[in-house]
Amino acid sequence: MKPIELYFHIPFCVRKCLYCDFLSFPGERRTIEAYMRALCTELEERADEYRESLVSSVFIGGGTPSVAEPGLVEELLKRVHTLFCVEDGAEITLEMNPGTADGESMKRYRRAGINRLSMGLQSAWDRELKRLGRIHTFGEFLECYAAAFSAGFDNISLDLMFGLPGQTQEDWRGTLKRVLALRPLPAHISAYSLIVEEGTPFYALQEQGKLSLPEEDCERQMYADTEKILGSAGFFRYEISNYAREGYECRHNCGYWQRRDYIGFGIGAASLFQNTRFRNGSDLQEYLRSPGALREAEEVLDKRAQMEEFMFLGLRMMRGVSGRVFRETFGEGLEAVYGDILSRNERDGLLYRREEPGDVFWALTVRGIDVSNYVMSQFLFG
Amino acid sequence: MEQSKIRNFCIVAHIDHGKSTLADRIIEHTGLLTSREMQDQVLDNMDLERERGITIKAQTVRTVYRAKDGEEYIFNLIDTPGHVDFNYEVSRSLAACDGAILVVDAAQGIEAQTLANVYLALDHDLEVFPVINKIDLPSAQPQRVIDEIEDVIGLEAQDAPQISAKNGIGIEEVLEQVVHRLPPPSGDLSAPLQALIFDSLYDPYKGVIIFCRVMEGTVKKGTVIRLMATGAREEVVEVGYFGAGQFIPCEELSAGMVGYITASIKNVKDTAVGDTVTDAERPCEKPLPGYKKVLPMVYCGLYPADGAKYPDLRDALEKLQLNDASLHYEPETSVALGFGYRCGFLGLLHLEIIQERLEREYNLDLVTTAPGVVYKVHRTNGAVIELTNPSNLPSPTEIEYMEEPIVSAEIMVTTEFIGAIMELCQERRGRYLGMEYIEGSRALLKYELPLNEIIYDFFDALKSRSRGYASFDYDIKGYEQSELVKLDILINREEVDALSFIVHGGSAYERGRKMCEKLKDEIPRHLFEIPIQAAVGGKIIARETVKAMRKDVLAKCYGGDITRKKKLLEKQKEGKKRMRQIGNVEIPQKAFMSVLKLDDRK
Repeated sequence: MKPIELYFHIPFCVRKCLYCDFLSFPGERRTIEAYMRALCTELEERADEYRESLVSSVFIGGGTPSVAEPGLVEELLKRVHTLFCVEDGAEITLEMNPGTADGESMKRYRRAGINRLSMGLQSAWDRELKRLGRIHTFGEFLECYAAAFSAGFDNISLDLMFGLPGQTQEDWRGTLKRVLALRPLPAHISAYSLIVEEGTPFYALQEQGKLSLPEEDCERQMYADTEKILGSAGFFRYEISNYAREGYECRHNCGYWQRRDYIGFGIGAASLFQNTRFRNGSDLQEYLRSPGALREAEEVLDKRAQMEEFMFLGLRMMRGVSGRVFRETFGEGLEAVYGDILSRNERDGLLYRREEPGDVFWALTVRGIDVSNYVMSQFLFG
Repeated sequence: MEQSKIRNFCIVAHIDHGKSTLADRIIEHTGLLTSREMQDQVLDNMDLERERGITIKAQTVRTVYRAKDGEEYIFNLIDTPGHVDFNYEVSRSLAACDGAILVVDAAQGIEAQTLANVYLALDHDLEVFPVINKIDLPSAQPQRVIDEIEDVIGLEAQDAPQISAKNGIGIEEVLEQVVHRLPPPSGDLSAPLQALIFDSLYDPYKGVIIFCRVMEGTVKKGTVIRLMATGAREEVVEVGYFGAGQFIPCEELSAGMVGYITASIKNVKDTAVGDTVTDAERPCEKPLPGYKKVLPMVYCGLYPADGAKYPDLRDALEKLQLNDASLHYEPETSVALGFGYRCGFLGLLHLEIIQERLEREYNLDLVTTAPGVVYKVHRTNGAVIELTNPSNLPSPTEIEYMEEPIVSAEIMVTTEFIGAIMELCQERRGRYLGMEYIEGSRALLKYELPLNEIIYDFFDALKSRSRGYASFDYDIKGYEQSELVKLDILINREEVDALSFIVHGGSAYERGRKMCEKLKDEIPRHLFEIPIQAAVGGKIIARETVKAMRKDVLAKCYGGDITRKKKLLEKQKEGKKRMRQIGNVEIPQKAFMSVLKLDDRK
């Protein structure tokens, strides 16, 4: 059986953060309940198409999935187990806003089968949290984190952000140090550099010249600090923005970068199945009326498109892209297809070649990470 | 047709005073078209003309008017181009007329082009009567404008029709005045043929269609005609007159009539505007006066953005030239831009129109180099070259001296902005000739200016420094010796030929500095630092640096939304395609036009 990943999008949150451009909005309790039921319906209607697959991970993301009653999450996971073959020890993640869950609900999530939590902490400084429009304080996070451990969660990931308005290098180091002082340590840390996306309040502020972001050099210094500080505590960078202790890499996300099949449920959710990409529409009311019928934008990936994805997704991972896997997948050699581009970028100090027994890897250098869009765009044909 | 029942006339006005709208109304009211057939601005039938609201090619239409005296009159309304670039065409169109309607905006009053055009009409001995347009505007002051016309131009204006062409008010009065105030044509029907070419058009089926005004004699199918300036000789296939938007064949054209001739002529170059058509068997004694060869005043390089499209560009230029004899082009190559054409235009508007038509009608993506004028380079060996491409400038040691074209300009401006406009003219090396006050609140400034100082952004600067109130007209005066240098631009220490331009020695430093600043903003950051330098004769006079790219990374991969990530990368890659590779630097195509936008003063 081929492995497959499932993603459930819960678009609700208590309040939208000032930098967020994901498909999310506040929702009333009744709407949330109706939506969770609709998710179950969509799952039932579509499960048949994927019955030959073995579910290796489930990711419930958002928005803030923890705004949904634990009972509803439990119901959803029950359906997954009835309708699909789920691998033993499959990674089952729930995204959580530290301001939305107490000890009791932690226990219920745990009982429902969640075995990994991804908490959006973002910063360890209350003034920064406030500036981002977050709904929680660092103190509240600490309570939530402790509650999660006592509920039995030992695989917890924290989301952090740097390059924030008004943030200094010292502020960022402070956040990292506070996180590393947590006991027990988290298993995984995502540290994203803030991207000001069009349509967000931050974007509007930036247009008005009212968003004082750190200078580029400072921001890159923060990025370098991240690896150094986290590295010394046993976290290694395995993707541009992701750090994990040995054995705790996020399997679900690695699936995206390795082009494993995944199916997204809920509004706006994207899927890749047998080299076809498609996604659900983003209209909530329409989805609630007919949950299974919202699929749109099919794109069948030809061999070239698959190669492009293989490169620009694979290069996000620090181990790089594997020549052996490339040949197994496409029947052509990586260096035969992309030789010129690889050597040009090697010469520019952006990529490096690494030999391992029976395989050759190409990966981004530290400088290559800084300008990775430039590097990746070169692997597109046409 | 009796000559006394014909009126050949045109409408002259400052731009936007409503010339084309009035023309539409005249056509409508003479009843040749039903309202349903009536498109807006019937005379302007090129898309671009309609969009920009200006007339590019002279057009003409014949309509029938039943006047209050019960008689029917033939009106030949000859539309004239409304821009200084096409002054010569204007003058030939005027020469085909016997009278003119002067349209003046009731709110704006007389403007620079009003004066220029009305003097041009009077120079051609046309009868002129004024019309006050846009009287429905809240800011209209018809009586003030009437007084202004009488004081400044000296035309009797008390009984000028006060109209709104837009709303169709007062049109009948205009038509009656055409009958009574404009004279009928004269000319001897039996004299040898003498007809003035005021325009021509290439038609793929009929060949070149000559638009002409018959001054003396008669022409009909079978007449063998000779074009006196170009020497072309052909037998007439068809003659006729102009319906609205169509050609209507007729028996013959005789003295006083306006119409067209086809004679299987293949090339518009043979039918130069201003030339005289005569009967080859029985020629007239001498051609009509005033013919001159039109020479391009402004040159620039046009290159296909995609080098493979070079043949397409050639085909497109060939086709455009069929209808536009004033467009010149010859192949050239640039180190930076590859194969392209050096093209000559009547002026910057003409350049922009051709560029837009190439891009729109022929779907070409173009890179345009900085426009320049034609310089005369006197070499030490006595030879004189006409320089159209700065790259061909001989080395300084071989140059005795250089000359540049000078225009005499008239700028009309409200008195509060005189200081600002004089300052502008000063900056542009203008020579002050004098100033006349017009009824207290406005003045007419007279300057001589080098053409190369006004072809870029002079008009924009004029408008912005006078809050839109200044108007401007100019005439080429001649050449004058001038201290000129070639300004070179080096990008990453490599000279980019397509960015070189000729500039007056005194402004070289300033222009070089601004050019570097501009390019710094236009050139994206690369992996390495890029110096941008301006140099004169090998000496660096200005420098800017494009810093190395520090960061170009997408922190988060939008969950499973890979399509979004790919679009972002595609956009990045697409952006690179629209750039030109110079050494190992990629330069966006619009950077080559940077020199056009150096006036940063508001």
